[in-house]
Amino acid sequence: MLSFISRRLLISIPTLIIISLVIFLLLNLAPNDPMAQVPLTVPPEVKQKMREALGLGQPLYIQFLKWLIQFFWIEPQVFIDYLFDTSFSEGKQRVISWQTRSPVMDIIVQRMPQTLWVVGMSYVVGILIAIPIGIYSAYKQYSVFDQVGTFVTMIGYSVPPFFTGVFVIVIFSVQLGWLPSIYDTTHSVVDWETFKIQLKQMVMPVMVLALQTTAMINRFMRATMLDNLNQDYVRTARAKGLSEWTVVMIHVLRNSMIPVITVIALNVPAIFGGAIITEQVFKVNGIGQQLIGAIYANDLPTVQTITFMFAVLIVLFNLLADIIYGILDPRIRYD
Amino acid sequence: MTDSYNITAKPRSKIRDVWDQFKSHKGALLGAIIFFSIVLLVMIGPFLWPFDANQIDIRSRNQGPSLLHPFGTDQLGRDTLARMMAGGRTSIAVGLAAMALSLFFGSFIGVTAGFYKKLDGILMRITDLFLSLPLLPLLLVMMLLFREPLSEAYGPERGMFVLIVVSIGITSWMPTARIVRADVLALKEREFVLAAKASGTSDTLIILRHIMPNVLSPIMVSATLGIANGIITESALSFLGLGFPPDFPTWGRLLNDAVDYIQQYPERVFWPGLAISLTVLSINYLGDGLRDALDPRMRKR
Repeated sequence: MLSFISRRLLISIPTLIIISLVIFLLLNLAPNDPMAQVPLTVPPEVKQKMREALGLGQPLYIQFLKWLIQFFWIEPQVFIDYLFDTSFSEGKQRVISWQTRSPVMDIIVQRMPQTLWVVGMSYVVGILIAIPIGIYSAYKQYSVFDQVGTFVTMIGYSVPPFFTGVFVIVIFSVQLGWLPSIYDTTHSVVDWETFKIQLKQMVMPVMVLALQTTAMINRFMRATMLDNLNQDYVRTARAKGLSEWTVVMIHVLRNSMIPVITVIALNVPAIFGGAIITEQVFKVNGIGQQLIGAIYANDLPTVQTITFMFAVLIVLFNLLADIIYGILDPRIRYD
Repeated sequence: MTDSYNITAKPRSKIRDVWDQFKSHKGALLGAIIFFSIVLLVMIGPFLWPFDANQIDIRSRNQGPSLLHPFGTDQLGRDTLARMMAGGRTSIAVGLAAMALSLFFGSFIGVTAGFYKKLDGILMRITDLFLSLPLLPLLLVMMLLFREPLSEAYGPERGMFVLIVVSIGITSWMPTARIVRADVLALKEREFVLAAKASGTSDTLIILRHIMPNVLSPIMVSATLGIANGIITESALSFLGLGFPPDFPTWGRLLNDAVDYIQQYPERVFWPGLAISLTVLSINYLGDGLRDALDPRMRKR
C-alpha cells in the first residue's frame, strides 16, 4: 500500500510542475504587455518593484523559476510565520496583486471561507440527497420514482447553474420576496435571528450548486447499484435468507460505494469551478469572484495564482481518489 | 421449421437496426425532434421574421409580449424573438464548430495513441495533463489574453468566434481521445486488421478503412455531448461577460443582459435560459438514445 501511495505521489509532482509551466506560459507568452494595464497612479518605484516581483525583462525560465520559488517556498514560509509567529519570510518578495498591491495569498485567505462555506455545504447537501435517491432508483428500476429521478437528474445535468441561479432568484427574490438575492458576507451569526438570516441567504446558492452535484452523483450511484444488484453474490445472500434490508443496504451498498466515493473525491475541483459562476450570480465575494474581478482588471499575478490553486486542487483530489480507491478495493493496489 | 421465418425475412441493415432501437427510446426520439426543430427555427427563422436582431426602435422599448412582439422587446426596443433566433444561431454554430474541432483532436489523438504503441505513453500522459488543468479558469484567461489580438486580426465578431471555438475545442477533446483509444486498442488485435496488414495495406489506409468506421459509434456519442458542452461553455463565458461583444446576441449574452433588469422585467431571463436548457436537455437525451442504439448489446432483436 505504501509503495502504491508513494508511486502516485511521485507522478503528481511532475504533473503539477508541467501544469504550472502551462499556466505560466499561457499568461506570459500572450501577445499583450502585462504592464500596460497598470494604472498611471501607481508610483514608478512600486512599478519597478512589481517588475522585479514578476521578474519581467529576464529570460522566461528565470521568471518561471522565480514564480515557483515565490509560490512554493516563500508563501509556505509566510504561512508558517503566521502559524508559529516566526520570521522566516521577513523581507522576501511575495506574489503581489496589481489591483490591491497586497499579497495575493492574503486576499485568497480572506475570500476562501465564503467559497468553502457555500461550496462545501452544497456538496454535502448534494451527496446526502443523491445517495438515497440513487439507491432507491436502482432498487426499483423503471418504477415511477426511478423515471422521475432520472428526469430530474437529466435536468440537473443539462440546465446550467447560471440559469437555475437566475431562475430561483426571479421566483424567490423578485416574485415572492422570501429570500435575498445577494449573499451578504459581512453578516455574522450571533443569535437565532441572525442565524435565520444566514440560513435564508445560503439556501439559494447552496441548492443551485447542490442540484449539479445531486445530478452527477445520483446518476453514478444508480448505475453502480444496478451493476451490483445483478451480481451472483446478491442472489446468494438472498438465498441464505438474509433480509432484503441487509442484502441491499449492507452487501450491495458497500460494494457500490467504492466507485461513488472516488467520484465524490474526483469532482470536488469541478464543483469549485462551478462555484465561479454561482458566486457571480449570487454576488458571493468568494475566490471565484476574485478570479473574475482579477480577469477584468488584468491582474495577472492574482489570475495566475488562483488558476494554479485550482490546478493544485485537481491534482490533489485525483491523488486522493486514487488512494481511496486503493484502500477500499484491494484489487486496484496490485496492478 | 421455425428457421424458415428468418430466411424469408429481408436482411436487415445496421442503420435500420440502430434506427429501430433509437425509436424505442421515447426520450431520445423527443430529444431529436426538439433539437432539430430548434436548429431549423434559428436557421430559417430570421429570414421569415420581419424584425432584425439589431434593429433599434426606441419608442417601443421594454414592451411585454404582444402579437407584434411575441416575446416582448428589450431596453432598446429590439425584438426579443429576433434576438433569440440570432443568438441561437451563434450559440448552436459555436456548439457545432467546437464539437467538430474537439472530435477532430480527440479522434486523432485517440487513434494515434491506440494504433502506435510508441506514441501511446506520451499521448496519454498529455491527455491526463489536460484533464488536470482547471478548464473554466483557463478558458476565462484565454478570453482575456487573446481577445484583442484576434479581434484586430479577424474583426470583433469573427475573432471572438474563432477564439471561443478554438478554446473550447482544445479543452474538451480528452474524453473522446480516451474512449477512442480504448476501442482502437481492442480493434487492433482483431483478425480483419491483421489480414489487412498481411496483405500489405499501409497504416493510413488501415486506419481510414478498417479502424475509423468501427470507432464511429463512440465518436458519434461524444459528438452529441460535445455540442451540449460547447453551448453551455459559450453561454457561461458570455454570461460572465467574457464572450461575444455586447451588441452581438448569443443566448448567454441575452441572459446576461436580462439579469441587469431582473428587478423590473424578471420574465426576460426566462427565454434565453429556457432555450439553452431545452437545447442541452434535448441533446443529452439524443446522446443517451444514440449510445443505447449504437451498442449492439443493448439492441433487442
